[in-house]
Amino acid sequence: MADATLQHDAVQHGLPGAFEAPLFGAYSKKVGMWLFLASDSLTFGALLFAFSYNRIYTAWPTPFHVQSIVNSTIMTACLLSSSLTMVMAVFAAQRGDRGWTRNWLLATMAFGTAFIVLHGMEWSKLIDEGLTLPMFPKPAHAAVGEMADISKNTPQFPATFFGLTAMHMLHVTIGVIYLGVVAFRKWFLPVLAVLWAAGYFLIPADNVFHYGIHALGLGLVVAAIILFLKPKDYDAQDVEVSGLYWHFVDLVWMFIFPLVYLLSTKIT
Amino acid sequence: MHDAATHDDSKGQYFWVWGALLVLTAIEVVLGYKQVFSPVRMLEILLVLSIIKSALIIGYFMHLKFEKALMRWLLVFSVVACFIIMYFFFFPDAGRVLPPPNGVGLG
Repeated sequence: MADATLQHDAVQHGLPGAFEAPLFGAYSKKVGMWLFLASDSLTFGALLFAFSYNRIYTAWPTPFHVQSIVNSTIMTACLLSSSLTMVMAVFAAQRGDRGWTRNWLLATMAFGTAFIVLHGMEWSKLIDEGLTLPMFPKPAHAAVGEMADISKNTPQFPATFFGLTAMHMLHVTIGVIYLGVVAFRKWFLPVLAVLWAAGYFLIPADNVFHYGIHALGLGLVVAAIILFLKPKDYDAQDVEVSGLYWHFVDLVWMFIFPLVYLLSTKIT
Repeated sequence: MHDAATHDDSKGQYFWVWGALLVLTAIEVVLGYKQVFSPVRMLEILLVLSIIKSALIIGYFMHLKFEKALMRWLLVFSVVACFIIMYFFFFPDAGRVLPPPNGVGLG
């Protein structure tokens, strides 16, 4: 059947063994990733529009102290640097240098993990201070102060802040898992399982990440299905496509950081 | 896709782009603290800086600058068109339902 199709195509284009050049001059999985990213940008676009609408039409609090701004600036630097190491990984893959491809991917994952950890610490600090959502676990002692007042009087603030940053953090987490799968294939699955279990048992039950850590479990299941149903050795094209996703995650943060953090700085 | 030699020859430009992105981020942080502009103007300036940063990321890191013109224009046009449509859905109606009261918002 396949041979018949190939012969038919060759006849159609007049050259034996020749196929029509792809419309975009790129291989199909790269075009597929670009189309996915275009649709995903609309998801973030809708969230950012919703945030901007609230920011303009609501008496918006400006609670972020220097500590939060310094923290988020370091997070931004981590993501920007991870994009550079990702570019290096693509170069190494195109050279056929498997060792350095893996090293650069590992460096990218390390920057991404640093971002997630810093962001998790930032979230935990804000929640401790009283910035919370009704769905979050209730703390043993109710917080009082500026953040608690904001949650009570301007619920749009925690809703848009946690909504936007959680969506982005989920994308970064998926990105780290994606790169881990490309770099280490099946060897990455036990690492992911250990991280998931350790996170679940070590993070206290009154911390929101006690539940958020299950994103790793979900990633583990999806990665295992992909790796066992279609085992393959990932090549330079796969590294480049995973890089497109990673750069997109960086790109989205370039909008979240100024809009969410810098427009809510507390000037003392 | 370009061959490895082409990329290796121009590897330095990616360090320049990375440096430019860090500098633009620093400018944003300084602007966030200086508050020399009104909040609405700040929003506009930060958005323009973010668009410049995203153009650098898309063009260089994501290699769209080196793709075929058809792919470049079709992707950029379709995404920008969707955002323009989204803008017209969100803001005029939002302004009609809830006009910004004097002295409230962006402050």
